[in-house]
Amino acid sequence: MRIALFSTCIVDGMYPKVAKATVDILERLGHEVVYPQGQTCCSQMHVNSGYFDDAYPIVKNHVESFEEWDFDVAVAPSGSCVASLGHQQPMIARHGGNEDLAKRAEMLADRTFELSNLLIDVLGITNASEQLGSYFPHHVTFHSSCHGMRLLHLGTRQQDLLRTVEGLEYTQIEDIDQCCGFGGTFSFKNADTSGAMVADKVMHIEKTGASVCAGGDVSCLMNIGGALSRKKSDVRTLHFAEILASTKESPLKIDGPVSLSIAGGK
Amino acid sequence: MTAVSLGMPRVYHGEGNIFETEAFPKYAAKELTNEQLRANLGFATHKIRTKREHVVGELPDWQGLRTAGSMIKQRVMANLPEYLEMFEKNFTAAGGHVHWARNAEEANQIALDLIRAEGVDEVIKIKSMATAETGLNEYLRENGVEAIETDLAEEIVQLADDRPSHILVPAIHFNRTQIRDIFLKKIDGVSVDLSNDPADLAEASRIRLRDKFLQSKVAVSGVNFGIAETGSLSIVESEGNGRMCLTLPDTLISFMGIEKLLPSFEDFEVFLQLLPRSSTGERMNPYTSLWTGVTPGDGPQNMHVILIDNGRTAVLDDEVGRQALHCIRCSACMNVCPVYERAGGHAYGSTYPGPIGAILSPQLGGIENEYNSSLPFASSLCGACYDACPVKINIPDVLVHLRGKAVDHEKAQGDFKGGKKDPHYQMDAMMFGAKQLFSSGKLMSLAEKGLPMSKLVTGKDHKISKFPGLVGGWTKYRDIPEPPKESFRNWWKKEAPKASRRDSSERVDIQALIEQNKGKVVEAHQQAEQRGQTIAHPAEEKEQ
Ligand code: SF4
Repeated sequence: MRIALFSTCIVDGMYPKVAKATVDILERLGHEVVYPQGQTCCSQMHVNSGYFDDAYPIVKNHVESFEEWDFDVAVAPSGSCVASLGHQQPMIARHGGNEDLAKRAEMLADRTFELSNLLIDVLGITNASEQLGSYFPHHVTFHSSCHGMRLLHLGTRQQDLLRTVEGLEYTQIEDIDQCCGFGGTFSFKNADTSGAMVADKVMHIEKTGASVCAGGDVSCLMNIGGALSRKKSDVRTLHFAEILASTKESPLKIDGPVSLSIAGGK
Repeated sequence: MTAVSLGMPRVYHGEGNIFETEAFPKYAAKELTNEQLRANLGFATHKIRTKREHVVGELPDWQGLRTAGSMIKQRVMANLPEYLEMFEKNFTAAGGHVHWARNAEEANQIALDLIRAEGVDEVIKIKSMATAETGLNEYLRENGVEAIETDLAEEIVQLADDRPSHILVPAIHFNRTQIRDIFLKKIDGVSVDLSNDPADLAEASRIRLRDKFLQSKVAVSGVNFGIAETGSLSIVESEGNGRMCLTLPDTLISFMGIEKLLPSFEDFEVFLQLLPRSSTGERMNPYTSLWTGVTPGDGPQNMHVILIDNGRTAVLDDEVGRQALHCIRCSACMNVCPVYERAGGHAYGSTYPGPIGAILSPQLGGIENEYNSSLPFASSLCGACYDACPVKINIPDVLVHLRGKAVDHEKAQGDFKGGKKDPHYQMDAMMFGAKQLFSSGKLMSLAEKGLPMSKLVTGKDHKISKFPGLVGGWTKYRDIPEPPKESFRNWWKKEAPKASRRDSSERVDIQALIEQNKGKVVEAHQQAEQRGQTIAHPAEEKEQ
C-alpha cells in the first residue's frame, strides 16, 4: 500500500523523530511511504485562535499538496490534526467562499487516518510485539489527548497498541479523560489556568510511578514534558509511535536528554 | 431620522448581568490564588461528575434522548414567533397575564409595577437565572422592595452579599464552616452554638423562611419550561421551597426567557429525563411543579409571566451561535469543565458561568464588549462540555466561531491601545508570520534550515526556559525543548527514496479493508487486557 505521511507542522519542526518512527513502523509492515513536500500545517492554530482568513491559504495549500500525489491513504501521528482536517478545513474553505475546495478537503480528510486508527482498523494490527516487533522494557503511563478521544473517538486504540509492546509495564493514569491544559494559544493567552491544569496532570503522572508518559499528540506532550522539565522530574514524554518503533535490535533509550534521542529511523 | 425605516430590523443586544467585568485571564489569575475556592470546587465538581456519569450510564437510550432534546429545541427556534403567540394565547385563556420585555430594564420595571399594585415591600423568590440576569433583586431594593431568596444556596449567597458562582449550586465556593459563619452573622435569633452540620444549617434556614412563606403575598419565580400548546409553566427543583412559593402567595410573577418554550406536553417527557440526570445526577428531582393558569380558590389567583428577550433574538440571528439558546441550564458543562473547575464561576463575570457562559454572554451582550470578547478564548477546546450537554450544544464549535467574530471585530478596530506591547498586536503579528510560512512547503523548508529560535534562546541545558512577550505565558509554567538540528522535511529530502509517480487506477480499496478488519479494535483491546492492568475505557467507538 502507498501511504502519504502528513507530518504536521509541529512534528516536522520540533519532533522529526516522531515522523521517522511513523515511517519506520509502516515500512516494517511492507508499505511504501511518500511525503508530499508542499505540505505544512492543518491550519488548526489559526482556526482555533479565530484567524479564519489567515487559515484559508493554509487549508488550500494542504489540499493541493496532497492532491499532487496518488496514494491509498494518508496518515498523521496526531489525533488533533486529523480531526482538524475533517472538522475545520471544510468550514474554513466555505468561510472563504470556496465550496469546491471544501468538498476536496472533505475527500482528503476521509482518506487521512490517525496512526493507531490506521494500524488497527485499516491494517489489522492487534498486537505490537508480535506484528511490529515492538520492544520497550519500561514503565509507561499514558495521556489520552482530547481531540483523539472526543472528536475521533479513538477509545483505547493507542493504549491498546502500547500495552501489547513486549517488556512494557503499563499503569493507567487517574482522571485520564482530563485535558492537560494545552489548547494551542490557550496555553499562553490563559497561561495561569493552563498552568494549573498541567500541574494537576503532572501530579497524576508522577503518582503512577512510571518513568515515561506516552501520548498520541506531541503538542500535549510538549506541554506536559515542559512542565515536567520545569519541575526537574525524571519522567520523560514520548509519542507512542516512538515506542512502537523501538525493537530489541534497535531499542529506544530513555536516558540522557530525551528530546535529542532519535528512534531507529529508516 | 424619519419614523419609518425599511429593510432588516436591527438586532438588539441585551443588558444587565451578562457581561464579563475584566478580561478573563486576569480575573482567573486572581481566583486561582484562592486555595479554599479551588479545593471546594475540585471536590464538588468531581462529586457531581461521578454521580452524573453513573445515572447517565444507566439509560440505554441516552444518546437518543440527547438527539431528541436537541431536535425539539431546534424546532422551537425555527418557529419561535408562532410558539410564543400560541403560548400567549393559551396562558391568557387559562386566566394568566402575559407581559413582553425587550430587555432587562423593562422586565424589572414590569415586575416592580406588579408588586407595587399589591401594596407590598417584600417578596419571596425561587432561585432563577432570568432574574439574576436582569438584576431584579438590586433593582427592587433600589425601589424599596426586598426580595428574599428561598433556595438554601441562594439564601447563603444573598446573606453573604456575594454573587452565585454556579448555576445549580450557587454557593459552591463556600464550605460548611464558612456557611455557618455567615448564618451566625446574618440570621437574627440563630443559636450561637450553631454547628457546621448540614442538617443544622438547613434547620436554621428553615426556621427563618417558614414565616416568610406564610406571610408573603407575592412570589417571583423563573421558569424551567413553558409549554406552548397548553400555556403551562414548570419549575423543576430539589428542596420544595419553590413549591411553597408557587402555592402559598396570592400573586405569582414568573420571569421567562423567550427560548424556554417547548411545543407540546409530549416534549416535556424528554426533558424531564434529561434535566435531573444532567444537573444533580439524580434519576428524578424531588419536586416538579407544573401549573396551567388560575384555579379558583387554590393557589395564586393572580398569575403573570414576563417574556424576556434581552439579546436572545440577537443570538437567534447567528446560524452557528443560536444553539446556545437550546440550553436548559443543567450545569453539566461547567461540572465537567477543567477551566471552570480551576478558575471558578465568578471569573466569567456574567450570571452565566462556565462553557455555556463563554458562548452565551458574548452573544447576548455582543462580542464588541471588550471583556466579553475574552470569554470565547477561556477554553482549551477539550470538548468535555459537548459530550456532557444533554441537548448536544456543540460548545467548542461555537467558541471557535465566536473567536472568529472577536478577531474580525478587533481587526476592524484597527488601532492597538498598547502599541507593539498590546497582546492583540503580538497575536496578529504572530498569526500573520505563521500564515506566510504555512502557506508554502518551500518556505517552511527554508525557514526550518535557519531554525533561528534554537540559536537565540536555548540555554546550556538544551531547554528554552524564558520567552519574551505573549509567548512568555508558556514559559511561565513550562520549558520548551531545544529544537532539533534538522526538520523532518529537510531530512526526508536527503534520505528518502525517490518515489515514482503513480496512477490512481492502482488505488487500494480502503473501505473494503476496513470492512474486513471490523473486529480488530475489540481484538486489540482483548490482547492488551490479557497482558496486565484492565482499563475501563471502552474500546469501541461511542456514539456522538
Ligand atoms: S449548555 Fe448544555 S450542559 Fe451546559 S448548562 Fe446548558 S444544557 Fe446544560
